[in-house]
Amino acid sequence: MRAIQYAAPSTVEDAVAILAEHGSDARMLAGGTDLIVQVREDARDTGVFVDAKKIPELMDLSVNADGSTTLGAAVPCHELYNNAQFAASYPAVVDAARIIGSTGIQGRASVGGNLCNSGPAGDTIPPLIVHSAVCNIAGPDGKRTVAVEDFCTAPGRNVLADGELLVSLTLPKPPAGSGSHYLRFIPRNEMDIAVVGAGASLVLDGESITAARISLGAVAPTPLFVQAAGDALIGLTADEDSFAVAADIARDAASPIDDMRGTIAHRKQLSYVLTQRALRGARAHAQGGSPTNGH
Amino acid sequence: MATEIQSGKVHVQTTINGESVDFLAEPRESLLEVLRDNLGLTGAKEGCNNGNCGACNVVMDGVLVNSCCVLSVEAAGASIETIEGVASPEGLHPLQQSFLENAALQCGVCTPGFIVAAKALLEENPDPTEYEVRWWLAGNLCRCTGYDKIVRAVLDAAERMRAEA
Repeated sequence: MRAIQYAAPSTVEDAVAILAEHGSDARMLAGGTDLIVQVREDARDTGVFVDAKKIPELMDLSVNADGSTTLGAAVPCHELYNNAQFAASYPAVVDAARIIGSTGIQGRASVGGNLCNSGPAGDTIPPLIVHSAVCNIAGPDGKRTVAVEDFCTAPGRNVLADGELLVSLTLPKPPAGSGSHYLRFIPRNEMDIAVVGAGASLVLDGESITAARISLGAVAPTPLFVQAAGDALIGLTADEDSFAVAADIARDAASPIDDMRGTIAHRKQLSYVLTQRALRGARAHAQGGSPTNGH
Repeated sequence: MATEIQSGKVHVQTTINGESVDFLAEPRESLLEVLRDNLGLTGAKEGCNNGNCGACNVVMDGVLVNSCCVLSVEAAGASIETIEGVASPEGLHPLQQSFLENAALQCGVCTPGFIVAAKALLEENPDPTEYEVRWWLAGNLCRCTGYDKIVRAVLDAAERMRAEA
């Protein structure tokens, strides 16, 4: 690896000062499972690594007075599936945290890092979108918030300006009767990048859907929030006919590319199938069960 | 006070297998490079050097990690367990014994990573199913055994450790 400088600030203000001073040469280091490998393999030229893990706000995982949850940007994946309260509230996020890389990757890799890496196939991003998560950003000009669906702008790019960092994510309290699920298609059982990923959240009143959100990964330059697919479900019964309506809209919204992982036609069809499966999983959670269709 | 930006050779104080250790390393060096090249702990292996193969697995502050994806300077103040700390003066760890008896290795390059990872699994889940063993060890690659003997060795060790507990 090229020579680098390393700093481990203990406050957001110090981190912002270092990022602002070094501009695009500096980058936050959370679990390092993307950043360290990218710099080692000359896929990214970062000269100053700013360790996120000594800053309390970036390692925070707590429930707020209004019932929302703050998820610090550098909290590793394994802390999420080992936290029963978080897992019960945000099942789709935990579905993703369990399937990113391996056990050893999940010991370090963070949801915030996955989001800031801004890959189109980032597994945690559709789950954050279906849970209406909001990014809390700090920078030289103060703080601002951005909805997760507006954060990524292109493959590997996002709205963070030089000097800014993602401090945490705020996940609203899930309403009563809600559930969510995320799954992906890969040609093996584990340790792979999504050909397509799909997340769904549902709020049910009995059998009737009162709110729904659907998001797809790996079918566009950024993770896709398919608002129309969720909106079409409002007022419908949570059954197969309704799920097929939403899945049709999701398939139409997908605009994938042909590449080594899959073809356009395959990814369009997967968008349809995985949307249905994500909705079935979300319904199972909402009704107090757990999805049975694996990963 | 402004945060110090470290470059060149950095003095790092850490704990490895229960012993306090000091080393000098550049920030660009990985924990794996320091273990192998500076400290002579060559049990952890460099396979892929990008987080795919698990041959460099160590436990850092109680969590299984790939030491190739940890910067040397991140070890400051941490507690690290490597394969060298798995056996005791009394003898092999049950996992090591079980790997031998079940012929769960051929060339042996992946074995330290598998044993460190499996030990972390059994500390968290003393009675895993075969599925849970395979899922936990998905990040450890072996190109010799076909995995079946490794999975059997871990399940066998788990049974012995439960009987002794």
